[in-house]
Amino acid sequence: MSLRVLNGFKFSSLKTPVHRLDPRAKFLLVIGIIVPSLLFTNIYLLAGLLLVLVPLLLVGRVTRRWVQSLRAGVFLSALIFVVNFFTGPLVNAVALTLRFLLLMTTFSFFFMTTSPDDLGLAIDKVGFIRWLSRRWLGYPNALSFTFTTAVRLVPTMAVDAQTVVDAQRSRGLELDKGNLLKRVRNYIPILIPLLLIAIRRSLELAEALEARGFPGKEGRTSLFELRFKPVDYALLAISLAGIVLSFWIFFHYRVPTI
Amino acid sequence: MGENGAGKTTLAKQLNGLLKPTLGRVTVDGDDTTKKSVAQLSRKVGIVFQNPDHFLFSETVREEVGFALKNYGFEPGVIVKQVERTLEALDLAHYADTSPFLLSGGERKRVALAAVLAWEPDYLILDEPTIGQDYQQKERLRSFILQLNSQGKAVVMVTHDVEFVAECNPKVVLMSKGRIVAQGQADEILSDDGLIEKASLVKPQMAKLFSQLSGFGFPRDVVDVHRAKMLLEEKLSEVKVRVAQSS
Repeated sequence: MSLRVLNGFKFSSLKTPVHRLDPRAKFLLVIGIIVPSLLFTNIYLLAGLLLVLVPLLLVGRVTRRWVQSLRAGVFLSALIFVVNFFTGPLVNAVALTLRFLLLMTTFSFFFMTTSPDDLGLAIDKVGFIRWLSRRWLGYPNALSFTFTTAVRLVPTMAVDAQTVVDAQRSRGLELDKGNLLKRVRNYIPILIPLLLIAIRRSLELAEALEARGFPGKEGRTSLFELRFKPVDYALLAISLAGIVLSFWIFFHYRVPTI
Repeated sequence: MGENGAGKTTLAKQLNGLLKPTLGRVTVDGDDTTKKSVAQLSRKVGIVFQNPDHFLFSETVREEVGFALKNYGFEPGVIVKQVERTLEALDLAHYADTSPFLLSGGERKRVALAAVLAWEPDYLILDEPTIGQDYQQKERLRSFILQLNSQGKAVVMVTHDVEFVAECNPKVVLMSKGRIVAQGQADEILSDDGLIEKASLVKPQMAKLFSQLSGFGFPRDVVDVHRAKMLLEEKLSEVKVRVAQSS
């Protein structure tokens, strides 16, 4: 089950208009949805925001994966609903469950349609991160590079983990045998090779990077430059307006749950 | 044998139940693999994985080799004896108390092999055993495989190393794109241009030589040096006799 949830946050390498949006604008859209959904518990608003995302998911052709991750998230939504049902009014429970689904959908939409490379480029453009990276690691791109590398290594590590499990099971290791302590100890033969593979790979990666001139000089250029298109400006404007409006309403009116 | 992604390792994993068939049946000594656990099947079918880094985790080589025996519930006395014997057989005895991580790549591969051989499975499956081994180690491995074979154990090898296979001349099953495309004796398969191409392999040197010598009345299906030498010697002595007669 847990793996299916993660599927909803994995990048799908397609080339739809949604994928081609500037990651910065898309991230602002995410914030533009999260801010009102956290400020208000109005059911219509939450449902409306969820409906706004559906066409975006359709255009990005990730609806099926989204549904998969939703199905896996049913348990948590049910839990949220039940807990809130017993501690407050029904509408409140509905609203909070909707909020959970909305937050999950928003983030999964972002990660499903934004390639780690684009995300790295976007992070690289943030002045504060560059400054921090230069202060800490002596090189402005280091932090964003670390981020992209980490994201990229996840699927590779998953494959390694499967192979290690297979190899140790072939040696008669039974993971779900014995009492709790034994079961925890059963994972030692899995974790040690995995850890060593990760360390070895990072050392190799460091050497390969150095062999290719990393970190290079200040002002490194990149093959793909992020550039705002008219769509991105529009998205940016809408998101910003949404955020500002949300705060304004939040401080001037009381919005009922229903 | 077969190209990358042909399904060799997938097939191997079916044999000890790591993968279960979605269609059809896989049986090991008459037992359906879907009805047995991996641990039960592994007791009979030992798989040595390609990369020892996925295998090794113990502090000493001795513990590493004894790990599976402990899992299978061998008596402590038997474990000690089996481990000693396996280490001896694979020329690892002097490393018994060394950490497997301090060994070279080739040695680690041998430790991985020892870790499986220790419980003496009836069927041994080796995934790419010759990678990273020098010539001497390959020779050792070959004689070791032949020895196991003569003890009545079946050895299945997944490999790209045509020369290694050619010298053993075993039964070869050729795979391509998830299907078995041919099976037969190595000298038939590895001298067949069409099949070699299909499985993206390269002919053994002897097969290359003899396909070019076929004009002189040599057979084409020669892959090992031994048989090649015999055929060439025969021809040479024939020629020698003819030269002597004509002069």
